[in-house]
Amino acid sequence: MPGWLYQRLGDRLFSALVVGLALGVVLAALAIVWVLYQGGREALHTFGFLGFLTGSRWDAVRGEFGAWPPLLGTLVTSAAALFLAFFPALSAALFVVEFAPRALKGAVAYLIDLLAALPSVVYGLWGIFVLVPLVRERVELPLFTWAAAHAPGLLAFLGPPTGIGMLSAILVLALMIVPYASALARDALALVPQSQREAMYALGATRWEVIRRVVIPYARAGIFSGVVLALARALGETMAVTMLIGNSVNLPYTLFGPAATMASLIANEFTEAEDDLHLSALIAVGFVLLLIALATNLVAAWVLRRMSLGEGRK
Amino acid sequence: MNLRRRYLRDRVMQGLVYLGTLAVLLPLFFILYYVFVQGIGALDLAFFTRPPAPPGEGGGGMLPAIVGSLVVDLIALALAAVFGVAAGVLLAEYPDHPLNPFLRLVSDVMAGLPAILMGLVAFVLVVKPMGHFSGFSGAVALALIMVPIITRATEGVLKLIPWEITEAGLALGLPRWRVILSLVLPAARGGILTGLMLALARGAGEAAPLLFTAFGNPFLTLNPLEPMDTLPLKLYVYAISPYEDWHRQAWGAALLLAAAIMVANYLARRATRS
Repeated sequence: MPGWLYQRLGDRLFSALVVGLALGVVLAALAIVWVLYQGGREALHTFGFLGFLTGSRWDAVRGEFGAWPPLLGTLVTSAAALFLAFFPALSAALFVVEFAPRALKGAVAYLIDLLAALPSVVYGLWGIFVLVPLVRERVELPLFTWAAAHAPGLLAFLGPPTGIGMLSAILVLALMIVPYASALARDALALVPQSQREAMYALGATRWEVIRRVVIPYARAGIFSGVVLALARALGETMAVTMLIGNSVNLPYTLFGPAATMASLIANEFTEAEDDLHLSALIAVGFVLLLIALATNLVAAWVLRRMSLGEGRK
Repeated sequence: MNLRRRYLRDRVMQGLVYLGTLAVLLPLFFILYYVFVQGIGALDLAFFTRPPAPPGEGGGGMLPAIVGSLVVDLIALALAAVFGVAAGVLLAEYPDHPLNPFLRLVSDVMAGLPAILMGLVAFVLVVKPMGHFSGFSGAVALALIMVPIITRATEGVLKLIPWEITEAGLALGLPRWRVILSLVLPAARGGILTGLMLALARGAGEAAPLLFTAFGNPFLTLNPLEPMDTLPLKLYVYAISPYEDWHRQAWGAALLLAAAIMVANYLARRATRS
């Protein structure tokens, strides 16, 4: 091979190839936004963007589509799951980084990582056959009968105690994001330099005071961005929720009763959508989900960027 | 605050952390235990070697879904590896390239997008023009999920390769492309392999983006241009079906998936270490 070919042309070809392929990744990302917008345009055009977001009826037979019921379902289930998952996830992370003896540390961390990687359908399967009966017999029926006897006003809020519904979906979502949030929080805690802890111990602090005054403040941006990422995951979680939530887009939702999230609505109706408007409305729901996911991810990235600038700054 | 109270608070908080950890580990352990106990009985010879029996009849197996999973996941991984590794090389080896800020933003954001959206995109871009569902469209959806994972892993490991290796190559008169291909990438092989394994493990468990792309197919096929079944997809269909025997097989599929993902994660860890 002549030298110029090897030296000059080789470098040019290689970098052109690498840049071209990388450009493909950027284009794919742009295509995601473009395709979802284009696909949903018919529905967004028919109802108007705000009208689509706030429309509270989703009725395929009448061709009336409003995204408010699934949007509400998504926000409520994700927020509730995050609320349930936050403190357990943080304690598990603290346990691994601060408390666990060395032998246990690796095992617990490995188990949590493994569960973070367990597919959504597996959680859904377990949810259908184990969680749903448990929730129905142990939580919903007792509460329901108690409410029927003592506080009939609550019944409208509780809904039918079938086990399939919002409560089960929230519980399984919480279980699913716990390992994920915990792994992210653990990474943030592990980044706290040992010298920071030692300095605090040297001042006579107890272990909890070290954690409370040094470790958590130092890692808080990482923990917070982990929480936001866990929220983003909960917002888009599809299979387990679809299997447990009962898929009903009729408002009002109740605690025990069936509901729908944006992801579960798409998963449930997409292959059955007959006319173009229905299909377009489902893709438009996907577009709204995309916007929400983008926003949460950008918030997480922004928080993390702030963390890498300064350490534990006020 | 006196010393006794400080010690007491330390103890109480330690107890709370232990309790919280237990609250995390117990249910999760319970899930794993259940999947194992219920699934192990379903993994017989028929499960691996037979196509599904007609609904309600009982018997049959998951052969088409197992084969379909392999085909779809490997096509997805091949697609994603080409783009993902190249993007990682650009980010790490050409740090001043004007595309990089976009590329980094894009791969960070893509990694956090709901998987089902990738299914919608693959439906519009591949299924609609082709006119029918196909394993290939499912592979495209999965590849979109895998790319950012591979890009990040590749960039991360390439940045760990000592600059002296590049310098040594350049000092011998090698051009950049030769240095990257023959020195840097082989040195980073373990880390890149880890990224590929993690991406595969992630994609192999996804059912949501395959619902309206790969769609499912009860007949054995190796042709990715036809609809295909995969394990997570079959698991979903069986789990929500009314048939006892399908539930049993769904547990089997769950165990098989969990085991495969466990192995992939283990291999990924080992590749990092070596």
